[in-house]
Amino acid sequence: MDVCFLSTNITSFIADPLSHEFMRKALLMSSLVAAVCGFLSSYLTLKGWALMGDAVSHSVMPGVVVAYALGLPFSLGAFIFGVGSVALIGFVKQKSRVKEDTVIGLVFTGFFALGIVLVSKIKSNIDLHSILFGSPLGISLSDVKQTVFISLLVVILLSIFRKDLILYCFDPRHAKTVGINVLFLHYLLLTCLSLAAVVGLQSVGIVLVVAMLITPGATAYLLTDKFDNMTIISVISAIISSVLGIYFSFWFDLETGGSIVLIQTFIFLFAFLFAPRYGIFKFKKLFSNY
Amino acid sequence: MKESNYKDYRIEAENICVDYHGKVALYDANLRLKSGQICGLVGMNGAGKTTFFNALTGFVNISKGKIRINGESLRIAQQDQAIAYVPQNEGIDSQFPVSVWDVVMMGRYGSMNILRSQRESDIQAVKDAIERVDLIELSSTPIGNLSGGQRKRTFLARAIAQRASILLLDEPFAGVDIRTEKLISELFIQFKNEGKTILLSTHDMIHVREFCDLVLLINKTVVAYGETSEVFTPENITSTFGGMSPDVLFGPES
Repeated sequence: MDVCFLSTNITSFIADPLSHEFMRKALLMSSLVAAVCGFLSSYLTLKGWALMGDAVSHSVMPGVVVAYALGLPFSLGAFIFGVGSVALIGFVKQKSRVKEDTVIGLVFTGFFALGIVLVSKIKSNIDLHSILFGSPLGISLSDVKQTVFISLLVVILLSIFRKDLILYCFDPRHAKTVGINVLFLHYLLLTCLSLAAVVGLQSVGIVLVVAMLITPGATAYLLTDKFDNMTIISVISAIISSVLGIYFSFWFDLETGGSIVLIQTFIFLFAFLFAPRYGIFKFKKLFSNY
Repeated sequence: MKESNYKDYRIEAENICVDYHGKVALYDANLRLKSGQICGLVGMNGAGKTTFFNALTGFVNISKGKIRINGESLRIAQQDQAIAYVPQNEGIDSQFPVSVWDVVMMGRYGSMNILRSQRESDIQAVKDAIERVDLIELSSTPIGNLSGGQRKRTFLARAIAQRASILLLDEPFAGVDIRTEKLISELFIQFKNEGKTILLSTHDMIHVREFCDLVLLINKTVVAYGETSEVFTPENITSTFGGMSPDVLFGPES
């Protein structure tokens, strides 16, 4: 009787939200976005670009606002400002004695502030809340098209240059020595980062999108010593987080972006504690003793 | 004209200067190495050894001077897979999720197509290289699980798989076990017989005397260069190390 009750509950927990069109769309889109960000995540965590990811994702803010105001695709504006911020970081770093992490912090907060000021100045139907915290439940059809297009582009680029990007993250000097264009790979990874930030911000918003770009990769890094497995684990954990996050936000009336990222953090925490080899409680060791 | 002379040298660096944001790291450095020569690069930390390597691999741009590899420009040398660089153990992320096989295969990337699809010849080259450094049973081991010596051998195998004619080795003997040291010594003799040109940086004075035909003493610029027996004198070494004798710097075993 109890079991039957429980299983009915679980079935309705899973099935009920699916009867809503907006939920089906949100789940599909967020899974796609999570997969793309998770795919890129393994490169970013290994390259040590967490702060760069934070910078790019915050810097896209004015681009999004301007694009909305001008009626352009928001991804275009976001992309220009994302890449622009990185170029500016590089320029300021080269031309001044200020340290790199300071320059990164300085540039992206400047861009972010510009975005916030622009939103308050340009009186339009831009919803500041949905830019900052994401709105996967209210995603529009044109946004869906953009997201699918950008996601495919990123996945194709990362797949074509997969081996070169691994080498670039691992040993750029060797890449250069054997005649591989390192500068191209640098900008390719930055481009993918900007594009992924653009699609990611729809799910979880600008403030939290960096979590989509680093947490799944960091989790996977604790669980495997193989790059391919790392990518797979990263993508799967990102998708699980997005799906669960949306369900929880539906059932318990929680902020969606926050729920998604919080679940990612919990998965990381779980790996941090219980990863067989690199967790705090090394289970492998524990088993091998018995 | 001079052109014919270029072909005689594997490496020819002429008055090269490197500066990082206006700070001079290396100036007026010269080096000429022929096929089959082993040259030791000796200097203090910060004397420009790594910068010299970076310049020769094209990883940093030289602000002045000229580098010719096999008589050609660096770009052509890179495309020809002419130079292999074996990094210091500290110079790489040892926790990166790649296996011995993956790393050695990276030695073949430069001669593969854009997708880096492996051909039968690449697989054979990687297998042979791993065999030569005696790591075949550890092929699929992640590099994070290797000892310092095994990791060093992995990168040597990558250079072998690349089939480069010039090997640049940054501290090849630092932090390696005796077995690896012996294996590297044997490989050096084989490389020499194969006509490869080797430039290696080292802190160990004994290794210089043991392996190097030539020695290049640097302290931001060339202090002395020539045959080891002539150049590697206590006076030159002392002036390379800014007045300190290497015994003080590296302990009495030097």
